[in-house]
This record gives sequence, structure tokens and C-alpha cells, in this order.
Amino acid sequence: MKRAQRPEGYWQIVSRQFRNNRVATAGLIVVLLLFILAASADFIANDKPLVMSYRSEIYFPVLKDYAAWLGVSRWEAPFQNVSFKDFAAMNFKQGDWAQFPPVRYSPNEVSLTSVLRPPSAQHFLGTDDIGRDIASRVVHGSRVSLSVGFVAVSIYVLIGVVIGAFAGYYGGIVDIVASRAIEIMLTIPTFFLIITVVAFLPPSILNIMIVIGITNWPTVARLTRGEFLKTKSLEYVVAAQALGASDFRTIFRHILPNSMAPVFVAATFGVASAILIESTLSFLGFGVPPSKPSWGSILSNARQLLPSGWWLTVFPGLAIFLTVTSYNLVGEGLRDAADPRLKG
Amino acid sequence: MRSYFVKRLLLMIPTLLGISLVSFLIIHLTPGDPALLKLGDTEQRSGNQLLAAQIIDETRALYGLDQPLHVQYLRWLRRLVTFDFGESLRDHRPIIDKLRERIPVSVRLSGISLLFAYLISIPIGIRSATHPHSIGDRITTVLLFGLYSLPNFWIATMAIVYLGGGDFWRVFPVYGLASPNAAAWPWWQRLEDQLWHLVLPITCLTYYTLAVLSRYMRVGMIEIIRQDFIRTARAKGLGERIVVYRHALRNSLIPIVTLMADLLPALIGGSIVVETLFSIPGMGSLSYEAVYTRDYPLLMGIFTLSAFLTLLGILLADLLYTLVDPRIRYEKSAAA
Repeated sequence: MKRAQRPEGYWQIVSRQFRNNRVATAGLIVVLLLFILAASADFIANDKPLVMSYRSEIYFPVLKDYAAWLGVSRWEAPFQNVSFKDFAAMNFKQGDWAQFPPVRYSPNEVSLTSVLRPPSAQHFLGTDDIGRDIASRVVHGSRVSLSVGFVAVSIYVLIGVVIGAFAGYYGGIVDIVASRAIEIMLTIPTFFLIITVVAFLPPSILNIMIVIGITNWPTVARLTRGEFLKTKSLEYVVAAQALGASDFRTIFRHILPNSMAPVFVAATFGVASAILIESTLSFLGFGVPPSKPSWGSILSNARQLLPSGWWLTVFPGLAIFLTVTSYNLVGEGLRDAADPRLKG
Repeated sequence: MRSYFVKRLLLMIPTLLGISLVSFLIIHLTPGDPALLKLGDTEQRSGNQLLAAQIIDETRALYGLDQPLHVQYLRWLRRLVTFDFGESLRDHRPIIDKLRERIPVSVRLSGISLLFAYLISIPIGIRSATHPHSIGDRITTVLLFGLYSLPNFWIATMAIVYLGGGDFWRVFPVYGLASPNAAAWPWWQRLEDQLWHLVLPITCLTYYTLAVLSRYMRVGMIEIIRQDFIRTARAKGLGERIVVYRHALRNSLIPIVTLMADLLPALIGGSIVVETLFSIPGMGSLSYEAVYTRDYPLLMGIFTLSAFLTLLGILLADLLYTLVDPRIRYEKSAAA
């Protein structure tokens, strides 16, 4: 006998609606692909071979790099601080081989013999003024953008949800204080504040994440507060309280899961804007340290070179555009799926 | 109505105090000593540590940087009430003078950009809303969505690299608002020169606002067209033109007119990126310079001014709401 089918839950409906939206699904796929790209950047663009056979022994230099970094393993004597490309050219004999990643350059590999080369079979997206490979820098730059977007937004969603939830649930003096704080933060020019703080701190990705995180929570707090005001007098909340649930349990187990939809939508758009903020900061020279390739800093470099090559401006900009658009598409799709009334 | 706005204005005072305190703390607690920075090169040149230390102490005393934080804050606050933002650490000029010479530039630039944004977005929005899901609507929706996600520093860089200088075309000037020797030219040539200088920065400033406004306009108009009073207007035999332009348009303008209040701070605050890239001496590039040189008094002046304008913008938005939509009254909500 078949069990009676459970009625579809809210998130199931949202997910079905979302999947029906082809454009939004495409955006989500691109976002996932970008995450895979960022996670596997070392296997896609690296100056070390993925696999190589030397004197009939098999080595995995990229993996070895991770192991050496973790302290689990160390490089064998002949490979310490060598360029594998030179090593292969000089020492390889019959039967030795090396399989390099698709992009055979690491992001900070300087080569003064190939400066400002246009895209070619060796350098897919060309090279910059000191011969660094743009393809490799763009691939590794995705790490900065995606992690800043994700972490910064996580920070401010966390802060905003907690403040908004308490303000909406308890009301009274808590609400008054929280609302004033929200108003003050909303009137402060955010981008100027971020630039000021970031410029005064030593350049680091973590600083950027934290600064974006602590300056952007008010929008989330306001949304959460509004949802809590709507929800807190509903029957299921009263029922939970009547059953003796603690305030903490009522807020986080009962009300919060039902109030998260607008926050998720705002967070998705938030990731897009955090990525834009990070790349603008890097572009203005206040962002990530120079050793880290970032899409904004590649563009900044391109601006300082006039005349410069078209490949220096087009590719990193396209990367930002693609990422931001995909997140915005996911956000739109999520919004339409979560609340079809808002559909334009 | 009046009592509501008086109340609102009074409520702005604690918020403004909060803002000034937050900005003061953020700017003063972040590392980076302006006295050290200012004298960094002196120290290098003289090579005399003792002398340098003495100069640093003197500078700190001169600007009150040696006082405890709360004394510095109160002193700054007292001057703020009289619109005395103090003097720049860089060139000792009063901050208020600096702001006064930069604001008109940003207002002109952003004003033109806003005008274009409204002039273009309203017809686009109307057209899209009256022909929803047509091919034209779909194309504009996709294009606007694309504009919406384009980073403006990228567009500005591309414009500079491809249209302004370098080895591609040299169509537009990319530096400042006028050619260096323009003062000697006849007025029509000067005007042409200025317009020519404005093309790229205005484009870079406008496209984002344009995209946002058009989307609002389209959604607002679609919502209005579905309402009963439009059906009534059609039912009583009014022509489509009158229905759209007289009945629907007026009502759908409400959200985008009030959006203007959101844009007010940007109007005076200028754009940090665009002004810096095109070397335009407005508020945006002044902010960039202030951050770059760690000019504390200047930073705090800009901060307070922008926050004040934002507050004013919010108030203006509420006021505009009641003006363009008589259905909204604040008396009741204020009494409640």
C-alpha cells in the first residue's frame, strides 16, 4: 500500500518554481561552475605538472604542493624550488613525460621574455606588462571574488538576522535601539565607509570580507525584523509558546525558518554587489594584497598601461560581469519563485 | 502634516549625532597616523630622528591629535554645529571651502546624468509595459539586466583605453572637464569642448541609473495597467493614448519620482570611481584624495555631509510621496 503523499513543503514549491525558470537555472549552473573553477584553480592553471613520470617513477607535483603546504610531506631533493618546465626541458630523457594543466602558468609567474603578448596558443588570454599569464590570473582571481562574496554576505546575514529577529520578536526598547542603529547605518555612505576603513587597514582579503560584512547588515536586519513582526502573532507561534518553548527555540526553530525567504533573496543579490565592491576596491588599489591576483587588480593594472592590450581589459571585466550577472539571475529567479506576486 | 515633519526633523538630531560619533570613531580608531604620514618624507629627507619626532609632536598638538578621543570628538562636534569642519591636514585650507568648490562640479555632472536617465528610462518603461512580453520588451529587459550588472569601473576603463587614448581610437578626451588652453577660445568652441569632455563620464554615470529606473518604471506601469480604474477608463471608451499617458502614467510615476530622493546623496557625493578615472575635480575625487592622504578632518567633513544629505533625502522622499500621491497622509501614522 502506498503511503499518502505528504503535501509539498514551501521550499519544495520554491525549488520547483525555480527549476521551471530556465534563465535562473542557467545562472545557478554558472555559479556552481565558477565555484568548481575556484576550488580547482590549482589543477587548471599551474606551472607544475599534474602528473609526471621521471626515471620511471610517477609524481603528482600539484598534489604534492598541497601536501608540502600542509606539512604532511616534503619535496624530494631534485624538485626543491625548481621550475618544472625548465626541469623537464633539461633533465627529461627517453620515457620521461609530464602532463601539465590546461593553463601551464601560475598566476604570479613573471616572464620578461613574453611581455604584453596577445592571446595565443601558449597564453590563451595573453600576458601583462611583466609577462604574467592572464588566463591563469583570471582563473585564480575567481577565488578572491567568490570567497569575498560568500563570506562577506554570510557575515552580514548572520548579524542582520540576529539583530532583526530580536528587534522584531521582543519589540519595545530592544526594537527602538535596533531601529535607531539600523537607521544610522543606512544613512552612512557605505561605499565611502568601506573604502576609508579598508584603506587604513593592511591589505588583506579577510579585512575586506569583515568590512563589507559589518557595514551591510542593516538591510537584512530590516527585512528580518519586518518578517518577525508579521509572524510573531500567528497561531503556530502562539502554540509553540503555549507548549512552553523557550524564546530562543521559538525564534530560531519556529519563526526563523519561515522568515528566511526574503533574506535568501537579498543575500543572493548581496553576493553580486559584494563581488562588485571587492573588485572596485582592488581596482582603486585598496583591495587585496598585490601577491593575490584579483579581477579588479588586473583591470587596475591595465588602466595604468596606456596604450595597453585589449586582452588586459576585456577578460577580467567579462569575468566580473559573468559572475555578477549569474548571481543577479539566481536572485531574480529565487525572488519570483519565493513570492510569485512580485513577478514583474 | 506640518507637525509630522517638525517631528521628523527633530528625530534627525539623535540620528545625526549617532552618525557623527560612528564616523568619528571609525576614522580615529583605524590605524594610520596622519602626523606620521604627513612627515614621512620630511623624516627621510632630514634623516634626523629627533627633529622629526619633534615636528610630529608639534603637528599633533596643532591639530589636537594629542588630546584624548572624547575631547577631540566634542571639539569637532562643537565646530560642526557652526559648519566649521576645520582645516585640511594637507594644505591647511578650510574644509568648507574645499567642499564649496567641489560640490558644483558634482552637481552639474550628476544632474545632467540624472536628467538623461529619467528622459530615457520613462519612455522605455512605458513602451515595455504597454507591450509586455513582446520581442521589443524582451530585448530591452535583457539589455537592461546586462547594464545593471556591468561594473562601472570596467566600462570607464574600456572607454578610456578604446575611445580616449592609447593605440585604439582617440575620439574623446579623458582628462578633466575642459581642454587646458580652452580659456582663450571663443564661447562656442569652449561649449563644444566641454560637451565633448562630458560624453564619456556622463555615459559611465548614467547607464546604471537608467537600468534601475527603467525596471522600476516597467514594473510600476504594469501594476497600474492591471488596476480597475484603468479598466474603467478603457470601458468608458477613452483612447489608448489618453488611458496610458493621462491615467496610467501619472500614477506609475510615483515610485520613480520618489526614487529621486535616493539619488540626491549621489548627486552631491559624486562618483568616486568615475570622477577619479576621468580626473574630474568633484566630490567623488575629493573623497578618494581624502582617503588616500588620510586627511581626517576632510574625511569627517565629507562623511557628515553625505550622511546629512541621505537623511534629507529620506525626508524628501516622504514629502514627495504625499505631494504626488494625495492618498498618503502621515497624520494618522504619526498619531498612532
